[in-house]
Amino acid sequence: MRVLPPGARALILCAVLAACACAAPALTDPGTPWPAVALLCALCLGCELLADCRLLGGRVPGGTGAFFPVVLAAVFLLPPSAAALAALPGGLAAGVAQRPVWVRRTWHAAQQACAAWAAGQAYRLLDGPATLGGAGSGAAGYPGRVADFPYAVVPAGAAAVAFCLVITALDGAVLATAEHRPAVTAWRGLPARSLSPYCVHGLAGLMTAVMWRSPYGVPAALPALLPMYISSWVFAQYTRERTAHQATIRALVQAVDIKDRYTRGHSERVGQASAMIARELGMADDRMEVVRIAGILHDVGKLGVPTRLLRKDGPLTPEERKVIELHPEYGHEMVRGIGFLGEARSAILHHHERVDGSGYPYGLAGEQIPVLARVVAVADSFDAMTSTRSYSRARPVPVALAELERCAGAQFDPAMVRALVDAIGRHGWHPVVTSDDDVQVAAPRSSAPAPARGAGSGA
Amino acid sequence: MRALAAGAVRAAAALLTLAALGHTLWNGVAEGATALAFGILIGIGELARSDHRDAAAPAAAEDRGQDRPQDRRPAPLGSAGALAYALLGGAAGHPTHHGVLQVVAVVVAAALVGIVPHIARGHGPAFDHVARRVLAVAFAAVCFQPLHNSGRLEARLGQGPYLVLFLVLLLGLTALCDAVLGAALAGARTGRPYGSLLHDELRAPAGIGTAICATGLVMALGTAVAGLWALPVFSVPLLLTQMSFHRITAVRTTYRQTITSLARATEIAGCTRPGHARRVAALSCAVGRELGLSERELTVLEYAALMHDIGQLSLVDPVPAGATAPLPAAEARRIAGLGGEVARQTGVPAEVAVVVERQADPYREQPVAARIVRAVNAYEDLCGGQGHPGGSLAALERLRLGTGRDFQPEVVECLARVLARDGRAGVGPLPPG
Repeated sequence: MRVLPPGARALILCAVLAACACAAPALTDPGTPWPAVALLCALCLGCELLADCRLLGGRVPGGTGAFFPVVLAAVFLLPPSAAALAALPGGLAAGVAQRPVWVRRTWHAAQQACAAWAAGQAYRLLDGPATLGGAGSGAAGYPGRVADFPYAVVPAGAAAVAFCLVITALDGAVLATAEHRPAVTAWRGLPARSLSPYCVHGLAGLMTAVMWRSPYGVPAALPALLPMYISSWVFAQYTRERTAHQATIRALVQAVDIKDRYTRGHSERVGQASAMIARELGMADDRMEVVRIAGILHDVGKLGVPTRLLRKDGPLTPEERKVIELHPEYGHEMVRGIGFLGEARSAILHHHERVDGSGYPYGLAGEQIPVLARVVAVADSFDAMTSTRSYSRARPVPVALAELERCAGAQFDPAMVRALVDAIGRHGWHPVVTSDDDVQVAAPRSSAPAPARGAGSGA
Repeated sequence: MRALAAGAVRAAAALLTLAALGHTLWNGVAEGATALAFGILIGIGELARSDHRDAAAPAAAEDRGQDRPQDRRPAPLGSAGALAYALLGGAAGHPTHHGVLQVVAVVVAAALVGIVPHIARGHGPAFDHVARRVLAVAFAAVCFQPLHNSGRLEARLGQGPYLVLFLVLLLGLTALCDAVLGAALAGARTGRPYGSLLHDELRAPAGIGTAICATGLVMALGTAVAGLWALPVFSVPLLLTQMSFHRITAVRTTYRQTITSLARATEIAGCTRPGHARRVAALSCAVGRELGLSERELTVLEYAALMHDIGQLSLVDPVPAGATAPLPAAEARRIAGLGGEVARQTGVPAEVAVVVERQADPYREQPVAARIVRAVNAYEDLCGGQGHPGGSLAALERLRLGTGRDFQPEVVECLARVLARDGRAGVGPLPPG
């Protein structure tokens, strides 16, 4: 277990003390509505426990903490100190993915209690409680006081914003102290990203509070929470399915690794280098992701090449070379059904084209070759040269870059080569090693100079 | 018989619609503002409906030759608004007086207006979906409005928690009625047994259906205590739920596509004949549906059938013609075990890997899905994928001879039924994608 830095300990201690200070008045105040507090506590707790046992580890990574609509409903229904008290058990029971578990739980609980108290103050300030309406004096007829609706949204929104600000401020502070991130980067973008979800949580909390106060009471308040609960449940499922999907893509790559043992980790590294080139060229984030996937999957067609040929030591006959050169077409045929790959599919088909038109499979030249294919071609050759193959030893990065520059214009697009040279000059080359243990000479910065040969074919 | 049931549902909806529109036009609308607000909500709900079919997700439904229950619930906001209007007893503290026929008229009019842009964009009008909505809403309204309007409900239950419990009960019944209607309509379309259709219909509400019912209930009660402003506020969480469901549908679609490509890898590697995995998957799903498997079991079956030959990728030398059926049992089992290992790495549910692993075991030791995959795969291997009729009959005969140990007799008979009904064309190669 990692030891927490003293700054983080102090921060957590402060937060816990603040939470106690927020919640303590409720214990002595005779006006605390204990049945409502108990019920809301139970609701927070129930939502957390239910989420834990149903999703079985499928929680959103990083834990969204408690189920916020319930906490916000407590803010709307209870005095600020009682709301802080009601938020505690949910935070303590929240599922936590990383260790240290109890420190994190305590932190979440303290954070939510402080945020609930602050939100409650904001709500009181705008005279929120009066807008909720409630059971009127009329005994059997319709409620005497109707919720004051367009206006009721204003204090609720303010409370949600206050809640969000306190939570994100504390999140940023703990990131800055515990993980030594600069405070500016820890906070940047946090409020903007999380504000709209908190507002939706606030609306759901408001619905719950209005129904709770109405003559229909608690039974009507529970259905108000249901859509949000289902939605967060579906979101967790979505995260899980996305992980499964990524595992499937990795399995495709691993299937290639099974056949061609010398290329272990090659696919991942080509993906990495392709993404570096794309970033240097200023491509948008989603396009960069497509480039990365194109790099990862570029050799998937090798599944169609007989294993004996891929593992053959020694020179290939012209016929054998022809069979291996079919792999871009095999790869394209395989992934053409995957809709989200889009442009990446043509990159897989054309990553062995050469700018002078002497490549395969179609002999395209210059601008005819898709941009992504030109990116992947450079990344592929770069990794082929800097890692050990059956036919050659790994070369140092500068030698490989010089070789790429020598072939720019004939084999490679000079713009892509320059982008790779610049990117590596700026960030260095830190290859990811995915497929563990093997003959991996992936970071040959200072290894023995290798004999200069023609640019690695990458095939 | 099936067509008759579906026809009866449609005719009832049409008659009810005509009566409702006529009655409302003749007598005028009670509480026009409320009716208009709910009408707009339902119309917007229809507009916001997603056309799954035209997005990048044609594979999800059509690959299996039928649409799934969650796809058939395309307008959550519209459904919730319609339910809320049917259960509405008051607005901003004053009781309302609209009757059943007005509810139906408002729902139909709004739904039809909301459908127009979809038709304009060239998507077929989903009249079945409207018919189902009309009848389900009419059911809820018939159970609630007369009791409410005559004042007997308030006299008995008052305005309080008991009314909520009554409404929850009523929504449960409405969901049941809706499921029965859905099964009747789907029965005519797909020809599946009613039992498994009803099972699917009832399982589907566990997701978005529950959110729809809960929102409908809260909207009806919320309008009573907070006025019409409750409608926009209360629809936000449901829209969020709808969005989450869209995202998960999209990721499931790409997931299926990726698994299909993984299955295609064996064909490209020359391990199996072109289209073998997809044919086995389609035929297995047809058999599974005939046997009454649930949607979840069908998904597991489909993935397992797509991946059943994946173990051959680990072999240095391919099996002759990729046919595992004629291999000695021990060898087939070893390849199945290799396949299970690969499947485990792909992140598919664990059941899928188990099915892949056990596909070569004797049927008494297998899970149901593995029995189906085994029989269908053997059939595919034996008739050579060319679809010549003599081969098909001979292959079935071979399977029947193997029912003592290898193939479950029920599965083989089911396969024979599916083949006889659909002809070879019905289970032939699917369109790529």
